[in-house]
Amino acid sequence: MRRTLTFTTATAIALALSLPAFAEPQAGGRLNLIIQPEPPSLMMGLVQNGPTQMVAGDIYESLLRYDENLEPQPSLAKSWEVSEDGLTYTFTLQDNVKWHDGEDFDSSDVVFSVDVFLRETHPRLRASLVHVEKIEAPDPSTVVFTLKQPFGPFLGIFEAGTMPMIPQHIYEGTDFANNPMNNTPIGTGPFKFEEWERGSYIHLVKNEDYYMEGKPYLDEVYYQVVPDGASRAVAYETGQVDVLPGGSVENFDVPRITAMDNTCVTDKGWEFFGPHSWMWMNNHEGPMADKNTRKAVMHSLDRQFALDALWNGLGKLATGPVSSSTRFHDSDTPSIDYDPELAKQYLADSSYDGETIRLLPLPYGETWQRWAEATRQNLIETGFDVELVATDVAGWNQRVGEWDFDLAFTYLYQYGDPALGVSRTYVESNIAKGSPWNNVAGYVNPEVDALWQQAAVSASAEERQELYSQIQDTIVDDVPVAWLLELGFPTIYRCNVKDLVTTGIGINDGLRDAWIER
Amino acid sequence: MMLDGFKRFARNRGAAIGLVILLFVILTAILGPLLYPDSPWKMVQRPFLPPFTMDGLPLGTDALGRDVMAGLVHGARISLLVGLVSTVVALLIGVPIGALAGYFGGFIDDALMRFTEFFQTIPSFALAIVLLAIFQPSLFYVILAIAIVSWPPVARLVRGEVLSLRSREYVEAAMLSGQGTLQIITRQILPNALPPIIVLASLMVATAILLESSLSFLGLGDPNVMSWGYMIGTARTVMRTAWWLSFIPGVAILLTVLAMNLIGEGLNDALNPRLSRKSR
Repeated sequence: MRRTLTFTTATAIALALSLPAFAEPQAGGRLNLIIQPEPPSLMMGLVQNGPTQMVAGDIYESLLRYDENLEPQPSLAKSWEVSEDGLTYTFTLQDNVKWHDGEDFDSSDVVFSVDVFLRETHPRLRASLVHVEKIEAPDPSTVVFTLKQPFGPFLGIFEAGTMPMIPQHIYEGTDFANNPMNNTPIGTGPFKFEEWERGSYIHLVKNEDYYMEGKPYLDEVYYQVVPDGASRAVAYETGQVDVLPGGSVENFDVPRITAMDNTCVTDKGWEFFGPHSWMWMNNHEGPMADKNTRKAVMHSLDRQFALDALWNGLGKLATGPVSSSTRFHDSDTPSIDYDPELAKQYLADSSYDGETIRLLPLPYGETWQRWAEATRQNLIETGFDVELVATDVAGWNQRVGEWDFDLAFTYLYQYGDPALGVSRTYVESNIAKGSPWNNVAGYVNPEVDALWQQAAVSASAEERQELYSQIQDTIVDDVPVAWLLELGFPTIYRCNVKDLVTTGIGINDGLRDAWIER
Repeated sequence: MMLDGFKRFARNRGAAIGLVILLFVILTAILGPLLYPDSPWKMVQRPFLPPFTMDGLPLGTDALGRDVMAGLVHGARISLLVGLVSTVVALLIGVPIGALAGYFGGFIDDALMRFTEFFQTIPSFALAIVLLAIFQPSLFYVILAIAIVSWPPVARLVRGEVLSLRSREYVEAAMLSGQGTLQIITRQILPNALPPIIVLASLMVATAILLESSLSFLGLGDPNVMSWGYMIGTARTVMRTAWWLSFIPGVAILLTVLAMNLIGEGLNDALNPRLSRKSR
């Protein structure tokens, strides 16, 4: 138990230290972070996967940032206004913002980025832009978005990974994907791109002309590429890196590393993403098509055990489809807790008659494999016959996309709003063979579909809450998937690195405020 | 002759020790499930319980709180099963190919030996990994993959033996007496080629156990089967905090493989007395 205790102590220290620091930030210094895996590109307008965002979040900015409660904060927009009818959004930009090559940033860059560049290259943003009628720049420091109809989550899409500002003077009229400048990204962010030694490191340097007086504090930032998990842990232990962003070391290494001196850990900085894990259940056919069988599965799962034994207690038990860090979460939904007796009752009432259930672990390493083993055992104890199906990533994608499974582990981001990151998993229009990221379970409920639609275009937050609560109640009762955990990805860092995670987007939001205490 | 061999075997102390260990492992494999009727996957206590700290859990628990002793006992079955079955399958492939090549010679020999070399030139472990990546990793395919990578030495050995035996006078006598080819190979030649095959087979069982462990260690084993290699594979990640989790099944593998090797050596001495005396 000693391990767990030291770990809890470390967590407590970290929490204490993540409270607002009253010390005056000190300028200077170099910060080394792990980047895992190596990003394919740093041009965030073209590539938005996790590692790209983590590095490019220092280079590119958007109009807003979001705190841990997902309330909008100023970034390139210093203020904003929403009209009464929810149709007009007016942003006022910061003064004296320059691109890294010295050109001025102004409202025409915003219009170009959103209306021209990202509309062409960014599928997730494009889905939101269908609600936008026009984007205008009445003067150099003002941008006005006019919507066709109210769109509830609209103020939640002005984040750097969703809407990075792209320099118009470099990209206008060019072939975006093949522009040679993609290799030397130009943004407005606190750090400039300096050098990328493939397979080794990415080097960023301080943007001396940054619009915020005195920021950033750091002189240089190195993102180190270390392909092997054990070596990444060693890199921290030997002092080669100072920060291990969430997911860069295996969970089983976390307690050992966090027990080190001068080491802090935080699970903050993921609120915007809200990584939510669940097991797909195949509603299309087979034993899981029966609601009672699905309920039997749901109540068989000892999720608290998985949280403690596999995730080091970091994260939370999910209560339903919407993460507690996502807006409009409702915890007052039917219970999906571990209850072996209830599970057996549901199983007895179901049409299950001993078929072998095929369970696909997520092929993302040891933690997920162990989790599948524990789950299999939980299900066996309820009375299921379960077989683990070993796959690699490609095999997993294919089997899940082709609905060739009974149960399959997964996790997805929620992007702060149910309309952006939750409804996609449950609406009938999103059932299509071939992709493992849509409504793979095959959940069909036309009533709920109508509510999703209504909630997305409602202008009133109260009305949205009411609709989403109704949705959550119904879906939790239908158990189309077996919700597991709101994953906690710990960011591990030296305690003298301050203000590393200051928003709900975490390190992906850039190191604008980070400084090193000496 | 047979009795002499047995005496020689029993006089070899190493072989006797090997036999005792193997008998113990076999006994564990047979009786173990009676002593540990529960599934070795069952999570019985809190994770990472060190050995000798709790009654009823002599070897402690692993990362998920599973009984290590139960895993070891159930793993013995899998290791022996894989070792024996895959060796038998390898013999079933290797012996006929070697016998045909050795007996007929000429074009058939060339064709069969080139075919054998094709398998021999690929490193066997790499080939096993590739085979399992193609197949679904299950116990059946693990055994098949091990058999496929281990038959070539058998074929070559048998070919050599048959090649030297087929020109013996008693074989020629059998030919003259009008016995059929199949009869000559199975009745006259193979029984006399048996001793080196037996020795090789005992070593192959050891290799097969090691191969299965290595594959499971890499996560290419059957995920539904508790084997020693799997136990080490999962414990590898916590080597620095719970070293005993990889040490205990490691010792089990070491002892079993050592026993098979000692027995193989003893058999070699017993069945080829002249050869062994020469080498001493």
